[in-house]
Amino acid sequence: MSPLSRREFVTAGVAAGAGLVIGFYLPHKTGSREESFSPNAYLRITPDNKIIIVVARSEMGQGVRTALPMILAEELEADWKQIEIEQAGASTLFGDQTTGGSASVRTTWDPMRKAGAAAREMLITAAALTWNVPRSSCAAENSRIKHAATNRSLSYGELAGKAATLPVPTDVPFKQSKDYKIVGQRVPRLDTLDKVKGTAVFGLDYRMPGMKFAVLSRCPTIAGKVSSFDDKESKKISGVSYVGKIGDSAVAVVADSVWGAMEGRRVLNVTWDDGPNKDLNTAAVTASLKQAASKKGVSLYAAGEPAKASGRHISAEYELPFMAHAPMEPGNCTAHYQGSKCELWAPTQVPQDCRDSVATAIGLDPEQVRVHVTLIGGGFGRRLEHDYAVEAALVSKAINAPVKVVWTREDDMRFSTYRPASLHQLNATVDGSGFPVALTHRIISPSISGQKGQPVPNGVDPDLPDEAGPVYGLPNYSIEYVLTETPVPLGWMRSVYALQAAFALEGFIDELAVGAGKDPLQFRLHLLAKDQDLQYFTTTWHTARMRAALQLAAEKSGWNSPLPAGHYRGVACFGCFASYMAEVVEITMENDQPRVHRVVAVVDCGQVVNPSILEQQIQGGIVYALGNALRAKITIEKGRVVQGNFDDYAPLRMEETPIVEVYAVPSSEAPSGIGEPSVPPVAPALCNAIYAATKKRIRALPILS
Amino acid sequence: MANITLRVNGSEKKVSVPPETPLLWVLRDSLELTGTKYGCGAGLCGACTVHVDGSAIRSCSTPVSQVAGKSVTTIEGLGANRLHVLQQAWIAEEVPQCGYCQTGQIMSAAALLAKTPKPTDEQITQAMNGNLCRCGTYERIRKAIHRAAGNGGSR
Repeated sequence: MSPLSRREFVTAGVAAGAGLVIGFYLPHKTGSREESFSPNAYLRITPDNKIIIVVARSEMGQGVRTALPMILAEELEADWKQIEIEQAGASTLFGDQTTGGSASVRTTWDPMRKAGAAAREMLITAAALTWNVPRSSCAAENSRIKHAATNRSLSYGELAGKAATLPVPTDVPFKQSKDYKIVGQRVPRLDTLDKVKGTAVFGLDYRMPGMKFAVLSRCPTIAGKVSSFDDKESKKISGVSYVGKIGDSAVAVVADSVWGAMEGRRVLNVTWDDGPNKDLNTAAVTASLKQAASKKGVSLYAAGEPAKASGRHISAEYELPFMAHAPMEPGNCTAHYQGSKCELWAPTQVPQDCRDSVATAIGLDPEQVRVHVTLIGGGFGRRLEHDYAVEAALVSKAINAPVKVVWTREDDMRFSTYRPASLHQLNATVDGSGFPVALTHRIISPSISGQKGQPVPNGVDPDLPDEAGPVYGLPNYSIEYVLTETPVPLGWMRSVYALQAAFALEGFIDELAVGAGKDPLQFRLHLLAKDQDLQYFTTTWHTARMRAALQLAAEKSGWNSPLPAGHYRGVACFGCFASYMAEVVEITMENDQPRVHRVVAVVDCGQVVNPSILEQQIQGGIVYALGNALRAKITIEKGRVVQGNFDDYAPLRMEETPIVEVYAVPSSEAPSGIGEPSVPPVAPALCNAIYAATKKRIRALPILS
Repeated sequence: MANITLRVNGSEKKVSVPPETPLLWVLRDSLELTGTKYGCGAGLCGACTVHVDGSAIRSCSTPVSQVAGKSVTTIEGLGANRLHVLQQAWIAEEVPQCGYCQTGQIMSAAALLAKTPKPTDEQITQAMNGNLCRCGTYERIRKAIHRAAGNGGSR
């Protein structure tokens, strides 16, 4: 950790909530905070005793603006009530600021702890020097350094000036988890008050003087272009000030209100060049997956030699459709182009990508683009793209004024990037008792990164190592990947490939259990009975941890107790983003449709940082995944996405929401992901429950298709 | 264009907009009350819920001309002086995740409690079913409504 010049800090305060200041933070070359103590980019302590923690990840509901400061405050021995936070914009100080892959706590656990611990040690030194006493006689507690022998104490603010003159230690001790006072507690989220008052500023809410609003008409056919447009009618709409082509495939209508821009677009007459995909439909996509299935794949995981195992063979194919993220806040971004610079206010998971792609698009250097990160009204991976930022910058440049580009719900649904449709071939060889002695899982799916032109080392999509690993310690077990291509735009959607892999694997395991005449949960425990470390890329999966999660799920769900008449259960387990998850779903069938009453979810995610946020994430992931499993399907006709709004792409509503009980396996292992791991087991556990109820095996999603 | 007068959160507001403009955009763009959210523009998600003369309506599908002379309450007006009991309950149950839909959820819940001070689970489901939440906060919403109704924070 290198000491950072305090001169690099400047804050542009924006929204202020009671007792909490949320600023948009950007490192800057001018301005001075000589009086403050800022041993690293994450922390600033002012002489008036403010403790400001910088959050370099995006808040989209998953609680990073609370959880990450908790980690730093714990090591700092800070009084939590004093903590204020600042949101970092795109910066070079924090490494990769991408918020995704359930990685925010995982990847900042060490940096945030180091930042807090280093500051704590420096404050102790500052106090010892002030009092001229040994360091060892001083202790940090509740934002003060105390000298018990003489009953003296100084606040962190009082020590800030002196601490700022000290060298930053590189090797600092971390607290033991048994001594944690903040981490592991149900600390209330810092963003709740603004969110219930309506004062929270999401991307769509950000305002600036002179700002215009733009709505874009985009070519409805995938990869099609604008041929020509007639703006005569649009310009008759009150408030419309500009209509112009943006890139090759869109026309922007700019007005002084969102409604004016929408109305201007409604009457805009565009002639499209439909391009190469005008005959594309969903059936062709499915056919291309089946065709690719005969190709040789690359190995993701290989134990033993499945081909040589002897016994009875069982095989099945599983299929999944394209899905859309559909966050509540539709796409938007505010841009202010000013010749030699451009400023953005973006609800984004990738501020640095926004900065770089905007710079390229409008011909500036990345340093000339400033990106402020607003609150995000649901991400789920959609804001890992940066199309909205580029559009806003291009429109701002075209009109030479600040502008907010607003996507309608239909825009958000039809011009999204979709979870890839995929096909899965499962083959097992079972012994005389019906247990698999060999298993192969072939994943046939287009690559999200590959389609975006990002590296796909050795033909392996770079997300698969976090999302499609082995669950069971079988002696002969192979996971293969066949990379296919599709013109349908692809994106990372909550749990990404793990949802596909788990649906196929955990459905198939259930088939094997049924075939063996065994209880599906006991069957899984049998396959996990031996302690094994399964090495999969850089992750080691421990069968013992999955077994413990499954056992706790069995206990909490009352798996071995009888259910009321007409009630059925299904189970599934899966590991992804370094966490282990087991879920039991309880249903009844009503008019041939499942009604989910209860889900028992057990996670082993290592050290829990905030149990309330953990429960939110697990419950939310399960509700999201139930909607996906039941109905989510994006279809393509004549090269166009069919679905448009929440009527034909219908998320779960309250009437369908089950009780979700969340349990964490106690652990002091380093924290692992919680945002996504609850998603993958939902569809297979539900389909397994449906099988228990109906003896009908569902091998394609969505269930209600 | 039309000159329209409406009462918003207790004060009289005059706006000059096309009469078919949805109330949502008048609130957000003309009056800068951005606590009311745009989610679907079609009355399918409830993020834009406000009260007109005490009843919950979807402001995205309500032309401003229809509310001329009427009394509109938005989230900014609900707890203007002190937090509404539902806002307090939302905090106590720690409902919001991303938070985007929550103002609409609270407005729907406030209309429910005004008519049905002690709602049952079924009444809560019926009143809240039009409000979508992609973060899946429904269970905590239910608990918060029960809490606000004095039923305790549980089913």
